[in-house]
Amino acid sequence: MIKWIASQANPSQFLKTTGILLPYLAVLSAVVTLGGLSWAWFGAPPDYQQGETIKIMFLHVPSSWLCMFFYMIMTFSALGTLVWRHPLADVSQKAAAPIGASFTVISLVTGSLWGRPMWGTYWQWDGRMTSVLILFLIYCGILALWRAIEDPNRAARAVSVLTLIGVPNIVIIKFSVEWWNTLHQGSSVFRMDGPTMHSSMLYPLLVCAIGFTLLGVTLHIAGMRAEILRRKVRTLTILEAERLDAAGATS
Amino acid sequence: MIDLGPHSVFIIGAYAFAIIVIAGLVGRIMLDTKTQKRRLAELEARGIGRRSKRTA
Repeated sequence: MIKWIASQANPSQFLKTTGILLPYLAVLSAVVTLGGLSWAWFGAPPDYQQGETIKIMFLHVPSSWLCMFFYMIMTFSALGTLVWRHPLADVSQKAAAPIGASFTVISLVTGSLWGRPMWGTYWQWDGRMTSVLILFLIYCGILALWRAIEDPNRAARAVSVLTLIGVPNIVIIKFSVEWWNTLHQGSSVFRMDGPTMHSSMLYPLLVCAIGFTLLGVTLHIAGMRAEILRRKVRTLTILEAERLDAAGATS
Repeated sequence: MIDLGPHSVFIIGAYAFAIIVIAGLVGRIMLDTKTQKRRLAELEARGIGRRSKRTA
């Protein structure tokens, strides 16, 4: 098993294996996500206080978990780049950034749209919301840095450092609702004393979270495949230019 | 049809926004993969490959 995992570090082997896996993962993520959302819409009852706006929770909560999940993937990839120089670590980092940024913006916008009818405001500068906004800005900075530096190896090292600098913000997001008295409610799923949510809402929420995670992982693998191909194109383009140069010099 | 109550515009707006963002992300990755595959095929068609011999 370990030998098989190690063999996947080779980009060509990764392309081969994921080429087989990806269609199955895509179908599975679509089925689980749509199944979870259908359960949420047609099976879960309206909340006794929030009414039907609770349906926004089934988008907002999985997106919020995933924006942190993808940042952690980027953090491990950054360590892979800086410490172990793993061949796929840079590729993983680059592919994860737009996915994490997308889930962060979904989390922010759906949270605002949920907050307006429930709290009477779209936005409040409280600990949770502000730290998620900072996460989105960090994602934007990382995406800009990837574009700013042409050499992918140099870009990966710079992005790795920026990613590691941003890690404390993930801790702040997680504990902000405990450290500060905020408008945003505290955790109601992952708690020491167990979930406080009724099973009729908790189970569809967990299925949605699994579906969104599968979707995110599928997109990450697809993004990694595109990035590996881009690097092959870059290498071959440089090789072609060198050959043309050499041919020009000899003629 | 489900009655979404007085806040239906917020619920539909949230779902519409998420669908647009995710569809954009999927579309971007698919288009990127297609573009890179086409470029790679063009380079290989011109005889450029890492293992191809250097012929001047």
